[in-house]
Amino acid sequence: MSEVRVLVGTRKGAFVLRSNEQRKDWTVEGPHFPGWEIYHITGTPADPARLYASQSSGWFGQVIQRSDDAGKTWEPVSNEFPYDGTPGTHQWYDGTQHPWEFKRVWHLEPSPTNPDSVYAGVEDAALFHTNDGGKTWRELPGLRSAKGNLWQPGAGGMCLHTIILSPDDPNRIFVAISAAGAFRTDDGGASWRPVNQGLKSEFELPDATAEVGHCVHSIAMHPSRPNTLFMQKHWDVMRSDNGGDLWREVSGNLPSDFGFPIAVHTHEPETIYVVPITSDSHHYPPDGKLRVYRSRSGGGDWEALTKGLPQSHCYVNVLRNALAVDTLDSCGVYFGTTGGQVYVSADSGDNWMPIVHDLPPVLSVEVQFLP
Amino acid sequence: MIKVTLPTHLRTLAQVTGPVDLMVEEPVTQRAILDALETAYPMLRGTIRDTVTKERRPFIRYFACGEDLSHEPADAAVPVEVAEGKQPFRIIGALAGG
Repeated sequence: MSEVRVLVGTRKGAFVLRSNEQRKDWTVEGPHFPGWEIYHITGTPADPARLYASQSSGWFGQVIQRSDDAGKTWEPVSNEFPYDGTPGTHQWYDGTQHPWEFKRVWHLEPSPTNPDSVYAGVEDAALFHTNDGGKTWRELPGLRSAKGNLWQPGAGGMCLHTIILSPDDPNRIFVAISAAGAFRTDDGGASWRPVNQGLKSEFELPDATAEVGHCVHSIAMHPSRPNTLFMQKHWDVMRSDNGGDLWREVSGNLPSDFGFPIAVHTHEPETIYVVPITSDSHHYPPDGKLRVYRSRSGGGDWEALTKGLPQSHCYVNVLRNALAVDTLDSCGVYFGTTGGQVYVSADSGDNWMPIVHDLPPVLSVEVQFLP
Repeated sequence: MIKVTLPTHLRTLAQVTGPVDLMVEEPVTQRAILDALETAYPMLRGTIRDTVTKERRPFIRYFACGEDLSHEPADAAVPVEVAEGKQPFRIIGALAGG
């Protein structure tokens, strides 16, 4: 029997939400790893039974968990993320140089073809890879050579939170780092370069068009158009049609172009979703109305999606890894909030319903459809 | 046998329900106890002390015999009662208010 499986990482554990293709009736399983922060829990496209979770704690540090039976049982794998060689330094808040220090794993990106191959984006920002299902992790140090000495953490930490493996070129990977920007490799991770031209950060950087330093919050790509990228920056929603070489703003008529996540419709590569947030100092929706915005034209022209979402007194946030789409014919859209709600729309965003109301603050949402 | 008690989260991670018993060769030190613990329960590596430097994580404390041993040198002998297995070596998650 087919199943829709939503993997939810929260501040206090992981939850697995299950339904069928109708996506109306749900079961809730969890918490897994109760009391731990789950920055990310994700499935692997090549093996539906293989899951990975990033489990962390201010007391006990980082643990990586792996399941080979769709979450019934879990096994800790290696939590050692050694920076390559002498770690070096990056800019600190006061402008001095500060040593790279591993803090946690923000994002796990499995290979589409090999469940043992997974990339991990970490704080302090770096990219790691395992080829043995998490038993060992190796850094791709070329990334930090892309002006890493100039990267400076923002308030949320200097985290590598987005990893996109190009579907048509195994040597091309995009990553995004808070307060550093977007980066691309075209040689399988050996060398990287910043791809931030066109971004403007007047309020965040002394040089608004600097090569690095932009606070990129999230990037999304449709697999049929691997050169087209959509970005939710700190402020501004951006688009690139040449693999990040040049970005242009597509914020259009959004009520605020500040926000965290961005996603692309599964079947419509020009349909994109964002969740506007009032501002960097007011991390809640404008006017207390929780609205997902959809553009069917690849940005610029946006419509508010409100049916089933709270339209008064709503002051939650939606974090960067907490918006996802499924692969069903009628595309499902999912997001989790810092108020502990997880919402689903089974019709591309036209109508929404809460799956759960009262989870801990949601850090990440991923969805798998198992035919 | 040395007795070691773990905080709740680490008991869950190690899949144990109570104190763990460890064979530790003399001289019994913090380092020797933690080495033996991590050998017996490799999933605990990195959760109590740094995997490379072996420094205690900032919000971990070591208690035994009514004393806070957290700031004792890693290679100092632990109290006799701990070395003889009469008192547990307690690994504690530090208090966090809020």
